[in-house]
Amino acid sequence: MSPSLPFSLGVVVFHTTSAAIKADKVLRQANLSTKLVPTPRHLSSDCGLAIRFSWTDLERIVGILQGNSVETAGYHEL
Amino acid sequence: MSSANTDKHLIYLDNAATSWPKPPEVAAAMAAYLAESGGNPGRSGHRLSIAAGRVVLEAREAVASLFNVDDPFRVIFTLNATHALNTALFGLLQPGDRAVTTAMEHNSIMRPLRELERRGVEVVVIPCDTAGFVDVDRFQHELAQGARVACFQHASNVSGTIQPLELLVTAARAAGSYTVVDAAQTAGVLPIDVTATDIDLLAFTGHKGLQGPPGTGGLVLGPSFDPETLQPLVRGGTGSRSEFEEHPNMLPDRFEAGTPNGVGLAGLAAAIDVLTKRTVRRVRAEEQDLTARLQLALAAIPGVRIYGPLDPSLRTAVLAIRIENVAQDEVGLILDEEFGVLTRVGLHCAPAAHRTLGTFPDGAVRLSLGYSTSPDDVDRTIEAIHHIATCAPHPPNGLDAVGKHLPSASEKPL
Repeated sequence: MSPSLPFSLGVVVFHTTSAAIKADKVLRQANLSTKLVPTPRHLSSDCGLAIRFSWTDLERIVGILQGNSVETAGYHEL
Repeated sequence: MSSANTDKHLIYLDNAATSWPKPPEVAAAMAAYLAESGGNPGRSGHRLSIAAGRVVLEAREAVASLFNVDDPFRVIFTLNATHALNTALFGLLQPGDRAVTTAMEHNSIMRPLRELERRGVEVVVIPCDTAGFVDVDRFQHELAQGARVACFQHASNVSGTIQPLELLVTAARAAGSYTVVDAAQTAGVLPIDVTATDIDLLAFTGHKGLQGPPGTGGLVLGPSFDPETLQPLVRGGTGSRSEFEEHPNMLPDRFEAGTPNGVGLAGLAAAIDVLTKRTVRRVRAEEQDLTARLQLALAAIPGVRIYGPLDPSLRTAVLAIRIENVAQDEVGLILDEEFGVLTRVGLHCAPAAHRTLGTFPDGAVRLSLGYSTSPDDVDRTIEAIHHIATCAPHPPNGLDAVGKHLPSASEKPL
């Protein structure tokens, strides 16, 4: 990612697009500034949608997604 | 507007075929979907695809909540209940397996089962009494002989007979059989709790009691059902695992291939929202009152025969009737043309049910009330049927009650 950013970004990837959209919904309900994006090709392939987030929110995001039983296929720092 | 539905006196009593009219929120949600979220749900990463994906998730969550299933991905969308039942039966049964069903089933169960029988599945049909209730002892007895699947309607599309769902599911569970429940006539009409009842697979349609558009329906996987035991009926694109040529196993993708009916699901979500606010219990109470009023009045008309349970609490808002000395299709035509009462006559895609009720092959007139039926509609229907029954001619010599020629003594039997 661009070296000019003050914090690093991460993406969480999923097995299904349905899971990605559900994750986006519960994260937005928790007022996290995340964004649904096309999955970066070098990461995974499982599903075409991923969620980009600020890496500093990683722990909160893991907690929220686990708490809402949203299955993920992995978290990656960009 | 076509002239067919501008008649202010139209009384729509064909809700068991499809509910009409739909709540205005349904059309509004569908128009908004086409105008604002017209992407392919979950396929592309752009905003219109995401917007469409959100609508589909909303519909999935609405259905999960309505049937009390925690995980919305255990709601599999299909075209209708028939598609869901085919997914369940063809996905569970292999040659050599045994399936138990009842003598009240719609062809959406009977025809897949007869095809599976041709392929080597043993199909056992449990008899029902003349009110349509399955013989629970025989059901339990046959399950005890070993059956992979027990498959039955929650309520009859012909007579409205409500089967003892909890009892049948408990019996199947005790025998180690999977339960496939056809809720085509009961979703949105009776409260259904998939988790508490421990149903394995519940097939529903969106366009009847749920008040949604046609082309929507689904299969709900109960919380203790292992999805891997069910083979998918269709395979194809899912927007996931695109580099593999094998179909993925994750829910809901395992059972949903191809572009979903996003516009229909937008309508379904809106319909369930309306229904949830009104509550299924209230809809049931209102429909039961109206059905009881209709049933009582019709029972008092000479020449009218009502099929199904006498107790209105044991039937949905569906009544099958026959009027003596008039052909049943003629009754349907007169009700429509003279009185603006829209019914369905014939066999209702359920020859087995009509055999059980004693109305095969001539069929019956089905009156099915719904969300929009008023007490006044019921009273005017009673008047119309009273008129037809009272004016019915006495059968001429040589004709039986349904207008068929009786064989004379000189004719040889066929």
